[in-house]
Amino acid sequence: MLTTTLDQLAIGESGRITAIAGAADVRRRLMEMGLTPGATVRVVRFAPLGDPIDIEVRGYHLSLRKQEAGAVSLTRT
Amino acid sequence: MTAKHHTSLESPAAAPLAADPPAARNFTVAVAGNPNCGKTTIFNALTGLRHKVGNYSGVTVEKKEGALAGEPGVRILDLPGTYSLSPRSPDEEIAREVLLGRLEDTPRPDAVLIVIDACNLERNLFLATQIIELGLPAVIACNMMDRVEAAGHRLDLNKLSEALGVPVIRTVGHRKEGLDELRRVLLQLRTNTKARRRRSWTPAPCVEQQIHALATVLRRSGFADETAAEGAAMLLLSEGEPVGNHLPPQVREALADSLIRIGQDMAGDAATELTAGRYTWLSEVVDGCLTRGRDSGLSLTDRLDRVLTHKVWGLILFAAMMAGMFLSIFSLAVPLMEAIETGVAYAAELVNRLVPEGALRGLLTDGVIAGVGNVIVFFPQICILFLFIGLLEDTGYMARAAFLMDRIMNRVGLHGKSFIPLLSSHACAIPGIMATRTIENPRDRLVTILVAPLMSCSARLPVYTVLIGACMPGGALVKAGVMLAMYGLGIVSALSMATLFKKTLLKGPTPAFIMELPPYRMPRPSTILRVMWDRSKLFLQRAGTVILAITIVLWAMMHYPLDTQRTATYESQRAAVFARWFAETRAASHADGSHAATHEHKAIPPVVSAVSLADLPDNLQAEIQEINNTEAADNLRNSFGGRLGHMIEPLIRPLGFDWRIGVGIIASFAAREVFVGTMGIVFSVGEADEESTALRDQLQAAAWPDGRPLFTPLAAVSLMVFYVLACQCASTIAVVYRETNSWRWPLFMFAYMSVLAFTGSLVVYQLGSRLILGHA
Repeated sequence: MLTTTLDQLAIGESGRITAIAGAADVRRRLMEMGLTPGATVRVVRFAPLGDPIDIEVRGYHLSLRKQEAGAVSLTRT
Repeated sequence: MTAKHHTSLESPAAAPLAADPPAARNFTVAVAGNPNCGKTTIFNALTGLRHKVGNYSGVTVEKKEGALAGEPGVRILDLPGTYSLSPRSPDEEIAREVLLGRLEDTPRPDAVLIVIDACNLERNLFLATQIIELGLPAVIACNMMDRVEAAGHRLDLNKLSEALGVPVIRTVGHRKEGLDELRRVLLQLRTNTKARRRRSWTPAPCVEQQIHALATVLRRSGFADETAAEGAAMLLLSEGEPVGNHLPPQVREALADSLIRIGQDMAGDAATELTAGRYTWLSEVVDGCLTRGRDSGLSLTDRLDRVLTHKVWGLILFAAMMAGMFLSIFSLAVPLMEAIETGVAYAAELVNRLVPEGALRGLLTDGVIAGVGNVIVFFPQICILFLFIGLLEDTGYMARAAFLMDRIMNRVGLHGKSFIPLLSSHACAIPGIMATRTIENPRDRLVTILVAPLMSCSARLPVYTVLIGACMPGGALVKAGVMLAMYGLGIVSALSMATLFKKTLLKGPTPAFIMELPPYRMPRPSTILRVMWDRSKLFLQRAGTVILAITIVLWAMMHYPLDTQRTATYESQRAAVFARWFAETRAASHADGSHAATHEHKAIPPVVSAVSLADLPDNLQAEIQEINNTEAADNLRNSFGGRLGHMIEPLIRPLGFDWRIGVGIIASFAAREVFVGTMGIVFSVGEADEESTALRDQLQAAAWPDGRPLFTPLAAVSLMVFYVLACQCASTIAVVYRETNSWRWPLFMFAYMSVLAFTGSLVVYQLGSRLILGHA
């Protein structure tokens, strides 16, 4: 099983979330936006200047910085 | 920036709910939903675009309220769009507090209309189910159903309604589909308040147990409604720690206790269990009622984003759009602004004709009319800016702008969402400051507000134009370069101050950037125009009164005290001119010897002032004008403002300014563009604008008492730097006061910008004088 973090995925790659780390409020916010353990995410693109990332989760697009994405652990699918 | 709460958890509206017969009083329906779910369209359609816009007391969260069209007894209250009920921003806090009935000025609604985006069910239902669990009678408008159907999916709303326990209505907001049905169901809720439903899912047993334990404590501390207490308990547990300080101590203790117990009983924490558990349940619900059609490939939004967020094209198009926005602001607003100026001048002229000369006329023309003029002259610009901001928001491009610019804003510790407000401030800081409302983090919002006025707004343009035109040597290229440097200085200082504030005063971690990129949508003109009008009107109401007051105070400072002796001196000078004219005309008529002349002789009134200036020949008119200008300058010199100018001269001399410039600076605190007019009075050229050659000549001729020229290029640069950095705008102060809801921040802003302006000018002038520039 390949465990990594969301910021390590390349464009087009996807993974299943295993855990969310980080500060309590950011963590809660990420989960409320649908990034809960078990959910599948896919990296769609990076912003022109390299950060933030545009990801697809639960059928919609969410953008977050690599810093926040680093707190999301997942297994590649 | 937190809302006023009741001190206890008791909800004042929940108790009388059962006692009153529902039909006897107003029935209030709150409209809740995620941002971008089409909530505004549905709200507008239900209220027929007739609603009031205000604020919740104590916060700058917009409060929109209106009656259901054709049903004056049913009030519709539009809640801020939120993703969840756990407060992270003032918007979300308001939504939750309203639904729990904990706001002082907003009674708990009787029912909730939850608007969800059918294309994005799971995340929309996350909020919807949180709300349903608070126990208010609810109905769901499943909006944007046309898109789901167009994509070939089938959504069974009956099954959805069954799973959630509330009616679900199919709507297509922009085509007004399903709204009659929605009205019907809303009116049914009015007579059937029993339509409550308990939660349909359960988290892990140990969490469930604590929900009940905490709900019992909440009920004992005053929560009237059992379902609401349970819903509130779930929110508290998922927040992990109490947010805000309005919790009674026994609830606080019970919450801490519950969290410890959950920690002992299971591996995860309550927040994860409650959030992930809800999503897991919702995935099942959605899978049960959604039959997905064949994947139709890339959506329109995906295709647009391939270009609009492209590494090269995305940035080029962004720059082009912003440039286009500015060009149209200036090209569209300028004719309107000129029309307003003409109108204001006409009004002043009218008053001049109707009101006899004296203090009242001065107050009306130079105080009231000029003050109102100062406010409304920027109205076209503000409207157009709000139009663009509304357009960017409504199409979904605003989120892309933040996405594109976040990297840059991140460098100064800000959020991508700060970019558009700061950019807009180049036209006018007021819409810029009002546009910061989309920034969730209060600290970031405040930093953005504090630095926005450093961006060179269009009111500084006349000041730059006059000073560069009159004082800068060299060709057009040098002049343009100086102008550009002033804009650059504004941007650099704003970004530096933002960094500084983020590192010191408003220290905090760089906020998380977690932002939805909503699907693109066709803009809806009615929505955009309505939003533009609401916001622009808010500016008129809020800033208008304060600006008017400040302008009147400044007018009085520039005109009082009056000195009868002085007035008499100039009066006699004018009388002498008139006397000369009488003598000449009489001599002429005597020489003529005609009958008509005798008649005319009789017609000459005994009181000089009753003769209109227009009756005089041109050369004498000019002479009178000269006397008037000298008198105005003399009055100004001896006014409170003039004396203040003299008083501060020692302070501003190191900046290269004399008392006359000091007067201009003082007057400019009402509004920067007042500078040009004030200079016109100080230098005795009468009415002046930025194209006035008389003013330019006077400025070039102006000198210190020892004969050195006053407006050297260096002094002009120093003065411009002062105008770049100083907070000379009553409207901005007024708007910041309203937006931050205290005098603390506007005063702080005023103070720091004044210090910055003084230091900036001092450094420029002193360094400059010691280098070559001083000899110019």
